[in-house]
Amino acid sequence: MDNRFDIAVIGGGVVGLAILRRFAMTGLTCVLLEKGADILSGASKGNSALLHTGFDAPAKSLELQCMQAGYREYIDIRQKLNLPLHETGALVVAWTQEELAALDGIVEKAHTNDVSNVKRLTQTELRVREPQISKLALGAVLVPGEHVIDAWSAPLAYGQQAIAHGAVILRNAEVTSVERVNSQWRIASMAGEVTAGTIINAAGLFGDYVEALAHEPSFTIKPRKGQFVVFDKPAAKLARSIILPVPNERTKGVVLFRTIFGNLAIGPTAEETDERTNPATDSATLAKLKSRAIEIVPALTDIDVTAVYAGLRPATHHKDYIIEAHKDKNWITVAGIRSTGLTGSLGIAQHVAKLYAKHFNKLPKKPPEPIWTPVPNLAEQSIRPYMKGGEIICHCEWVTRGEIEAACQGSLPAGDLGGLKRRTRAMMGRCQGFYCGAEITTMFEKVKHGTS
Amino acid sequence: MEHHDIVIIGGGPAGLTLALELNALGIKDVVVLEREQEAGGIPRHCGHLGFGIDNKNRFLTGPKFATKLRELTNGLDIRTGTTVLEFTLRGTMRLHSGSGISEMSARRIVLATGTRESSRAARLIGGNRLPGVMNTGTFQQLVYLKHQKPFSNPVIVGSEWVSFSNLLTCRHAKIKPVCMITESTNLNAPSYFSLGARLAFGVSVKRSTKLLSINGHIKVESVDVESGGQKQTIACDGVIISGKFRSENGLYSSGVIEQENTAPLTTDTYRTSKPNIYAVGNVLGHLETAGACMLHGRKLATIIASELR
Repeated sequence: MDNRFDIAVIGGGVVGLAILRRFAMTGLTCVLLEKGADILSGASKGNSALLHTGFDAPAKSLELQCMQAGYREYIDIRQKLNLPLHETGALVVAWTQEELAALDGIVEKAHTNDVSNVKRLTQTELRVREPQISKLALGAVLVPGEHVIDAWSAPLAYGQQAIAHGAVILRNAEVTSVERVNSQWRIASMAGEVTAGTIINAAGLFGDYVEALAHEPSFTIKPRKGQFVVFDKPAAKLARSIILPVPNERTKGVVLFRTIFGNLAIGPTAEETDERTNPATDSATLAKLKSRAIEIVPALTDIDVTAVYAGLRPATHHKDYIIEAHKDKNWITVAGIRSTGLTGSLGIAQHVAKLYAKHFNKLPKKPPEPIWTPVPNLAEQSIRPYMKGGEIICHCEWVTRGEIEAACQGSLPAGDLGGLKRRTRAMMGRCQGFYCGAEITTMFEKVKHGTS
Repeated sequence: MEHHDIVIIGGGPAGLTLALELNALGIKDVVVLEREQEAGGIPRHCGHLGFGIDNKNRFLTGPKFATKLRELTNGLDIRTGTTVLEFTLRGTMRLHSGSGISEMSARRIVLATGTRESSRAARLIGGNRLPGVMNTGTFQQLVYLKHQKPFSNPVIVGSEWVSFSNLLTCRHAKIKPVCMITESTNLNAPSYFSLGARLAFGVSVKRSTKLLSINGHIKVESVDVESGGQKQTIACDGVIISGKFRSENGLYSSGVIEQENTAPLTTDTYRTSKPNIYAVGNVLGHLETAGACMLHGRKLATIIASELR
C-alpha cells in the first residue's frame, strides 16, 4: 500500500465515512483510520435510525444546515446505493394541557426552519391516524417528512463507495501520534504509519483525545448515554408514525419509533456518563422505558421485548456542531455531532469539503465518474435475499447462509461479530441467538481465522 | 399449489411422533415441515442422558434419542430446511425452502414449533453487551455440536431442570461454574438437585438472588447480584441465562390464533381458536420432557384420526 494520501479521516463512524466518500468522489486520495475492529464501533452503532427534517433544530444553526443538506442528498442517492426509506412521518404528541398549548409554537418553529408541511392535528385526526395510541393523547403536530432509515447500511454504503473510488479504510488503527513534517501530517497508528496532507478529525466519542494529539482541544466530549428497548415484530403495526414527545426545559424525552426491520422501539434516555465505549444498560431504566411505551400504545402490553441496547452521543458543552478548519495546519475538526449525525453526515461532508477548498487546496477540477456500490437490502418492506431461496440460518430475521458469507467478504467485510450482525441482522431477532448463535459465531470465527 | 391432508410445522419429538402415529393409523397424506437442516428438535444438542422413547427407559442422550426418532420416521414426508414464513389471509402457508418461496395448503395444520428460553434482553438484564452471555440452548450447541469452550467459569442463572442440565454440559467441556443464582426462594426443580449440584459438581445455588447486571469491557468480567438488599459482585467470565421458556411463537404471534403468554390457547383436544389449526408439544407452554411430548403427539394422532373417519 502506498501510504501517502491527500486526506486522512480519523474515525470510522457515519460522519467519518460520509466525509471519506465525499473526498474520494472528488478524486483526492484518502485514508480512514478507525480504532475499532470494524466501522461503526462507537456512537454510530446505537442510535434511533431516523431521517430528520430539522423541524425542531435550532434556527440558523450549522446543525440545521447540515441536516437539511444531508436529508436532500440521502433522498437523492439512496436508490443508487439501495438504501431504504420508510416514509412514516412523525407526530409530536401532547399529553397535558401545557403540552397542548406548546404545539402551535412547534409548528411555527418548523415553518421558520423551512419545513413548511408541518401542521396541527386535532385529537380526532390523531386517532384516525394512530388508532392504537392511548386515549390520553390530546393532540399532535404532524411532521410528514420524518422517516425511518437503516443506520448501518447507509454508512456501510458510503464506505464501500469511497473504497470503489480508491479510498483505503484501516481498522484496528487507533491513532497514537501525529506530527506535522514538511507540510505533511505523519500519522502513527496501531495499523502502521501513513502520511496525509490534511487531517479530518471525526473521532466522535474520542474527538477531544485525537484533537489533543495535535493541539489543545477547544472542547471536551461529555458522552450522553441513551438506552433503548425494542419490541417484537407484531408491535410494528401498532404505530404508523414516529411518536415524539413535546420537548420541555429539562429533556427532549423518549421517542417511540418503527425500525426499518419491522420492529417498534422506544428510546433514547439522556444520561450523562463517563463511559466512552460499550455503554451499559440498567434493568430499572429498561423497565421504565418499556412501561412508557405501554403508556403510549397500551396494546404493547402483550408483546415481547426482542432486544435492548445503549448508545452514546458525543456531546460537548457547545449546543451546535463544532466544525472548524485550523488554517495554519491543514486540520479540520468535526466534533459534537449528536443524534442528528446520521441525517447530517452527508451534509457535514459537503460542508467539510467546502472548508477544505476554501482554506487549504482546490478540489480537483474534473471529478471521476461516480461509481455506485449498492448494499444488500435488510429492510422489511423490500425484497430480501431469502425470497430467492437459499438456506435460512437465522430463523427470527430470516437471514440466509449466503448473506452471512457475503458479509464476510467484499471490499469492507465484517470486522467483528457485531459488524456481522449489523450487516445481516443475524442473531438480532426475538431468540437473540438461542437457535443460530452457535452456528453463526462458529462460521464467523472460521472465516476470520481463514480456516474455512 | 401443493395441498395435503395434514401439515405438521416442526420436526421435534411431538411433530415427528404425530406423523409416525398418523401413518400407523392409515393416514398417509402427512407432511412435516422442519426449518433446520435436520429433524429431531432440541434433543439434537442436549448431550446429556435422560431421554427415552415414549418417556420410558430414559437412558439415552439427546442426540441418540433424536437419531432414533429420525430412524423411526424414516420414509415419511419430512422436509427439512423448510420454513413456514406466515399464514396468508386465505389460510394457506407461505413457505421458504432452498429453491425460494412457495405456498401450501392443508385440511389440518398442526403447530409443533416447540419452545425456547427467554433471552437476556427479554428479561431486561442490564449491563454491558458482551460475548460469553448465552442461553442454555446456544451453550449446548457450542459444546456438543461445535466442540467449543466459550468460557471457563460462568455463572448460571436459573434453577429449573434445564439450569441444572448445564452442570452436565459444563462437566463435559471441562468448564467449572462459579455458582448458580436464582431469584426464587425455592428451586423450580426437585430440591435434592441443589444438594447434588454442591456434592457432585462443587457448585452452590444462591437462592433469592437477583442478577442486576453483567459487567466487562471486551469480555465478561463479573456480575452484580442482589440478595436481601445486599449488593455483591461475583467474578466470572461468562453467563448462562437458563429457563423461563417461551413458546416459539414467531409464526403465529401476529394474531392468527388466540394466545396466552405466547402459547396458543387450546382445548383439551389440542385445538386452537382456528378450527383447522392444532398445537402440540412444548409450544403449548408447559415444558415437558421429549418423551412426554411424544406421548402428546400420539394422543393427538388418535384424535385427528377419529375426526377424519
